Amino acid sequence: MKKFLIVLLLAISPVKAEIYDIKQLDLGNYQGKVVYLDFWASWCKPCQESFPWMNQLLTRYPADAFTVITVNLDAETDSMHQFLGKVKADFDIFHDPSGRIAEEFKIEGMPTSYLIDASGKVVKKHIGFYTRDIEKYEREIEELL
Amino acid sequence: MKLKYYGLILCSALIASGCSSLGVKPWERELLAREDMLMDSDALDLAFDEHIYFSKEASSGGQGFAGGGCGCN
Repeated sequence: MKKFLIVLLLAISPVKAEIYDIKQLDLGNYQGKVVYLDFWASWCKPCQESFPWMNQLLTRYPADAFTVITVNLDAETDSMHQFLGKVKADFDIFHDPSGRIAEEFKIEGMPTSYLIDASGKVVKKHIGFYTRDIEKYEREIEELL
Repeated sequence: MKLKYYGLILCSALIASGCSSLGVKPWERELLAREDMLMDSDALDLAFDEHIYFSKEASSGGQGFAGGGCGCN
């Protein structure tokens, strides 16, 4: 019974996403995989809406061909942790409090996401997240797989 | 005299460059995105404003920054 309760608790609690410092982000490590790279912040409502979908992507496509990486741009680490306590994230998160990488990628709005093909080339850029465009996003990913 | 002109040009360039980095970046809008930063202290006033905005622009909303301020959500 005890074991069952522990398993149940683990199943319903939000999965702890691995959080890394932005210095550890090396897109070269992901060559050979299609990457959905997403920039988000805890205060951004459309970012929150995109989380369940990004979790779903990981279950839909094979892990050896596709992955989701996200970059959190909260200046305060606490804001990010509070958000992740409420919203489930199954993907790796790189924390960029200074916005250095955001500056390099010329982020124009929140969220912004990039679709990167297996050779490491940026193929698509999405500004904002629209639930009505989910089919289009998925078609773009499938074309690269 | 020439030196004066150069000085003037240099000063103008310095002053003008002060305006080159106005505004906040999209990822720096945490404080602006807070609900208490919305310009909605007077509900009636807000309703009027939104009505006028809707009449002129044929669109509504976009008052807050929680959507990232890019006008995309």
